[in-house]
Amino acid sequence: MVPLSWYIMLSAVMFSIGVFGFLARRNLIIIFMSIELMLNSVNISLVAFSHYLQSMRGQILVFFVIAVAAAEAAIGLAILIAYYKNNPTIKVDEITGLKG
Amino acid sequence: MDTGFSISLLDIRPIVPEITMVCAGLILLLLDLVVRKKEVVAFVGIVGAIVALYGTFKLYGLSEPQIAFSNMFILDGYANFFKLIFYLNVIMTIGISVKYMKVEKASYGEYYALLLFSTTGMMIMASAGDLIVLYLGLELMALSTYILAGLLRGQTRSNEAALKYFFLGAFSSAFLLYGIALTYGITGTTNISDIAVSLLTLDIVGNPVTMLGIIFIIVAFGFKIALIPFHMWAPDVYEGAPTSVTAFMSVGPKAAGFAVLGRVLFDAFGVMQVQWVSILIPLAVLTMAGGSIIALAQTNIKRMLAYSSIAHAGYMLLGIIAGTSIGLTSTVNYLMIYLFMNMGAFAIVIMMRREGFQGENIEDYMGLAKDHPLASALMLVFMFSLAGIPPTAGFIGKFYVFMAAIHEGYTYLAIIAVVFSAVSAFFYLRIVVYMYMKDPKESVTLTTSPSLSIVLAVTAMMVLILGIFPSILLNLVRYSILG
Repeated sequence: MVPLSWYIMLSAVMFSIGVFGFLARRNLIIIFMSIELMLNSVNISLVAFSHYLQSMRGQILVFFVIAVAAAEAAIGLAILIAYYKNNPTIKVDEITGLKG
Repeated sequence: MDTGFSISLLDIRPIVPEITMVCAGLILLLLDLVVRKKEVVAFVGIVGAIVALYGTFKLYGLSEPQIAFSNMFILDGYANFFKLIFYLNVIMTIGISVKYMKVEKASYGEYYALLLFSTTGMMIMASAGDLIVLYLGLELMALSTYILAGLLRGQTRSNEAALKYFFLGAFSSAFLLYGIALTYGITGTTNISDIAVSLLTLDIVGNPVTMLGIIFIIVAFGFKIALIPFHMWAPDVYEGAPTSVTAFMSVGPKAAGFAVLGRVLFDAFGVMQVQWVSILIPLAVLTMAGGSIIALAQTNIKRMLAYSSIAHAGYMLLGIIAGTSIGLTSTVNYLMIYLFMNMGAFAIVIMMRREGFQGENIEDYMGLAKDHPLASALMLVFMFSLAGIPPTAGFIGKFYVFMAAIHEGYTYLAIIAVVFSAVSAFFYLRIVVYMYMKDPKESVTLTTSPSLSIVLAVTAMMVLILGIFPSILLNLVRYSILG
């Protein structure tokens, strides 16, 4: 049996890779994938905790997260396409119409 | 109890307002197909929100907090008062958008449906008794607002605003989820009241994992209420989004974020107050300072109001930092006042927009008082109120928040807040100086409509009335929160 801490470590590493990808990559699609990676790392830790605690709450939350992530992907890609129609680029460095 | 979920018909009663809002949103979507005049859709949207408001009003009378769906949903005075803020926010937003969306050539019916769905999300957040429900409410609110920000499909800056809002919003909700997962892992539950019990019985108050969970949750809501250093999306999104949506989201999601912060930090992590206060204090100082100072350099009024909204979030945070129910009362009071003054200021910004003229530069306000004395006088009232100058409501809001902070011994925080409040008066009063003491560059015609005028009249009246008779609102807030 794999101990709980391994799952938590895996989840933490995946989450960190996701955060790094979000901050360091310059392609919107890759950034979007990094966000999905972060969400799925959370799912791993939720399922691991749920199994360890013998409680269903974590697994219920995982289903909601998966459903919401699907909705999020639909809206996110729609926004991306709306942007691409006016401005054909997906490089973050070229999206500078609004100065921060 | 994880297995014994049972739902009875009685559970439906507390969520009647939410059901009403969702039904109204769905009716709007259908109505949009058959009705050509979008004014009708907007009117039905307002009616739907008022019906839901009536439902909340009927439930308000119940003195006992209502708990439904196995403790997943709480309906108490706190949630009810926040719902009042959300209703007023959505009704006034619809009021100022009807004409504006026509000018922007974006009279879509789904705009009004999305406003209602987003408001429903906020209402669920205010009533959440469980972190799962909280997450779902948050996503319902956020996903609707992403679309609203990008509603002007033909404009690059609206697309860009939606893009930035979406990516940073999704990033922050991943943080929230990680925080929820850690909290669930260490306490064994996601229920807010059970978390408080587990923290004591399992003796995990000082545990690093618990701390990490709180930090992640605060970071996630720091993004939502635009605290510095998590604010970088706010100015860009506020500038690029349609102005009516900017007005909507500078109040709604911020109030919802504070509702959740108040609920989670006070009810779930009440025993760890020392820890979360020490996280919030630097955030509050940075937010007040950064928001006020960066706003000085802005030339676009929507950007300026974005930084002003950031600074106001810093002041509101003082009430949470005070950590008492009096502090919470003062924050909620401030949010209600902020709703009126901010909505009024944005209503004036919307009036400046007409076909072929953005009217968003601060220089466009030069000499406005010569041609439009009434509009300038109203803008003057809102700017004075945002700056916190006495006869207006903004002063009362700040006064009670600072009092709550001083009462708990955070005198230095109150002093910092007052200093930056004085700094912020500079950029608010600059608008007034431009309107009254400069010569107009070109004559400006204002776009008015009956609904916009009503919103302006109501907001201006409330700003003045609450400034002179603060006890009206304060008693209502106290009754709601303290019982």
